[in-house]
Amino acid sequence: MKIELNDLEDFARGAAFLGTGGGGDPYIGRLLAKHAIKEYGNPEIIEPEDLADDALVFAIAMLGAPTVLVEKAACGDDIDLAIDKLSKRLGRRPDALIPIEIGGINSTIPIVASVRNGIPLVNADGMGRAFPEIQMVTFNVYGYPPTPLSIVDEHLNAVVVDAEDAKTAEDLVRSVAIQMGLSVMTANYPVSGAVVKKYAVKHTLTLALEIGRAISHGRTQGEPVNSLLSYLESTKYYKHCKILFDGKIVDIKRETTKGFSVGHCRIDPLSGVGDSVEIIFQNENLVAKINDKLIAMVPDLICVVDRETAEPIPVEALRYGQRVKVIGASVPPVMRTLEAIKIFGPRAFGFEEDYIPIEDISP
Amino acid sequence: MRIGVDVGGTNTDAVLMDGRNVIATKKTPTTENVSDGIVDAITSVLVQSATPSDKIQCVMIGTTQFTNAFVERRNLVEVGVIRLSLPASRGIPPLTDWPDDIRAVIGDNMHMIRGGYQYDGRINSELDEKGILAAARQLKAKRIKAIAISGLFSPINSAMEERAEEIILNEIPDSIVTLSSRIGRIGLIERENAAIMNASLADLSIKIVSSFRQALGDLGIMAPFYISQNDGTLMKAEFVEKYPVLTFASGPTNSMRGAAYLSGIENAVVADIGGTTTDIGMLMNGFPRESSLTVDIGGVRTNFRMPDILAIGLGGGSIVNTEGALRVGPQSVGYKLMDDAMVFGGKTLTTSDIAVAAGYADFGDPALVKGLSPKIVSGAVTRIHEIVTEGIDKMKTNADPVPLILVGGGAVLIDRDIPGTSEVITHEHGGVANAIGASIAQVGGDIDRVVSYDALGRDQALAEAKEEAIEAAITAGAEPGSVQVVDIEEIPLSYVPGGSVRLRIKVAGDLNLDNIARAGK
Repeated sequence: MKIELNDLEDFARGAAFLGTGGGGDPYIGRLLAKHAIKEYGNPEIIEPEDLADDALVFAIAMLGAPTVLVEKAACGDDIDLAIDKLSKRLGRRPDALIPIEIGGINSTIPIVASVRNGIPLVNADGMGRAFPEIQMVTFNVYGYPPTPLSIVDEHLNAVVVDAEDAKTAEDLVRSVAIQMGLSVMTANYPVSGAVVKKYAVKHTLTLALEIGRAISHGRTQGEPVNSLLSYLESTKYYKHCKILFDGKIVDIKRETTKGFSVGHCRIDPLSGVGDSVEIIFQNENLVAKINDKLIAMVPDLICVVDRETAEPIPVEALRYGQRVKVIGASVPPVMRTLEAIKIFGPRAFGFEEDYIPIEDISP
Repeated sequence: MRIGVDVGGTNTDAVLMDGRNVIATKKTPTTENVSDGIVDAITSVLVQSATPSDKIQCVMIGTTQFTNAFVERRNLVEVGVIRLSLPASRGIPPLTDWPDDIRAVIGDNMHMIRGGYQYDGRINSELDEKGILAAARQLKAKRIKAIAISGLFSPINSAMEERAEEIILNEIPDSIVTLSSRIGRIGLIERENAAIMNASLADLSIKIVSSFRQALGDLGIMAPFYISQNDGTLMKAEFVEKYPVLTFASGPTNSMRGAAYLSGIENAVVADIGGTTTDIGMLMNGFPRESSLTVDIGGVRTNFRMPDILAIGLGGGSIVNTEGALRVGPQSVGYKLMDDAMVFGGKTLTTSDIAVAAGYADFGDPALVKGLSPKIVSGAVTRIHEIVTEGIDKMKTNADPVPLILVGGGAVLIDRDIPGTSEVITHEHGGVANAIGASIAQVGGDIDRVVSYDALGRDQALAEAKEEAIEAAITAGAEPGSVQVVDIEEIPLSYVPGGSVRLRIKVAGDLNLDNIARAGK
């Protein structure tokens, strides 16, 4: 596959869909990628199947507070240094880079890293969507830790972190990021080509781009939501997709606790008659329920889109009165194993319910 | 007495006010040379009321000229851009996301220099004064006079932007400098965009403001004049010459403020129904609710203080299509209503014809719509009301019914109760609500910054910020006793320790009419 300048808007929109309400506004990421591609050319993208088993792969991400990111974007040198520091620690340069998550702003940051450093980008990622914490990655699920990892700020201050487990790494990274001004670059999850082939969520760069294209194309036909669903249905793993609900937002509550935007949103049918749906989010949409019965839950995708344009609506932009469709979709098997559900299934976010795949829930 | 003027793309409206009373109103076409239309409209209200021009204490003007110029890429100048942020944000140089046609006008004169602050106001990099001087010399050599300066977290601390301005003015004394901290909020790219847009209007703003001056001079009106900005408050003419971008979207704000004034209601939903579109917005304490989203103007992303307006394709000229399923709008006969609508002898069925046929509007020749089938008429009436109902519902923040104020020439289209509203209010001067809104605009002051509640305590932090905003309003010409807080917004910063909160406070007060004589023109 290829990602060129003209693809960035579709790609970022697809990434916003896969962000399921979180992942940060991809706008800044899109601008960084736009400038980097103009300056350095298109990224070389390789398929995970083509990686050598002993290849070394780094995940690349930007980390911080969304409110700071809108003011202080990366300088570029910080991205390069994050790669250099981790390379030095391991005594080896990476053969390829991979996005840690495909949802939101971190879908485009690895493009910048790839073109600046002439390192190919793998058509895959470590979450298959967006999640709030660094341990919620498939590599960690299957026993491959995020450390050692590097964190670099725009002044090129750098820290290399080793930690006994992924959660400790998350806590350490968070406190360093605060000290560094809450907009930092990190290179992490140094894994082998064999691990990527086995445990990454594959072909998600293609997925994001095609979702964005399906929405754009649908707009020219006047049917963006249907166009999006037809595309998902044509895929191997996301084909169990449906409009979970069609209605109007009538209540929205959110608060910021422990660094997360937590809350819920209630949507009534447009006719005003019938059951309403409630969506609960913690940065990302976690579950959707009708009358206390879950109709979709993490890690399956739950995305709120504008019902006319299919524009994905981030959690912070949900507002009373918006006419929306709630779309649910299945995710690849690697995200649905028992081990995976333990790390990012409903119970990992404090819900009492066991995970049930979206296709097994009767309407 | 005072005069309110609204210079729109199509019409120039004037209204003469004495205290709270509307004395005379006039609607005229906007002219190529805007001052002619203004002279016509003002002359008319003065003649209608036999008011001598020396009785006028103050003139307030609302205008869409600058917005239109930017959107149409007319009369813009080349801009020098200086950003104080390195080493941060080098990855996104200025103008990265601007459309090519406007980049061609703005030119390639960008300078990224060391400087800027952290989110909490700490210095991120010391200011590179030599770098600024070098940039100024290069801009001088290129004869660039319009310069925009942006700085990392400058809304939290503007000192570096101000120092840079000093250095530039010292080197290029006749340059016109725009500081991003004066016009935008947190969000470096959007704020910088606004500063560059503003700088690009430097020539036009001088031209437009002097044509306003000339119009008033020709009329023998010696009173000072003010121009309204997008948040419903006034700017002195000299300030608009410097910050024309602040007039963007002042039109909808003025019509909403005018609606609040005419109805005497401060919390309501306002629908301004024109010929082609209806603008719907929420009034909160007499001011429009601001948009929290970024707004694209002419293809450029900004984060202006803009009213949150929903524009829907329904107006007095909207075409009613009866072939197949009945449809109303969004196509419109627009300014050709007087020729094309059936009640005026035309052949196109419009919403205005429906209102006449249904018997609740009276203009044109009702006999010309007698033959319409009652089914079509009642179907279209229902659809018109549905469209407005749906638009209003989208803008409300909760399900409670609120009063609906209808303004604009198309207000006659609405005859029934609108679900979700407690009452429907119209006014005889609703057609010139924007000019009235301009005439009653207040003087505002606001602050927008990140504060630490842990350090100061919430109460004290709020009190200090309020006081600063009030001080700003008084400096701008507000009557001290009349200044009130119109909005407080607190956004807790996720991930940021120390109880950091993004605090936005807006205050506004009445313009002191007695002081303005002393303030001069």
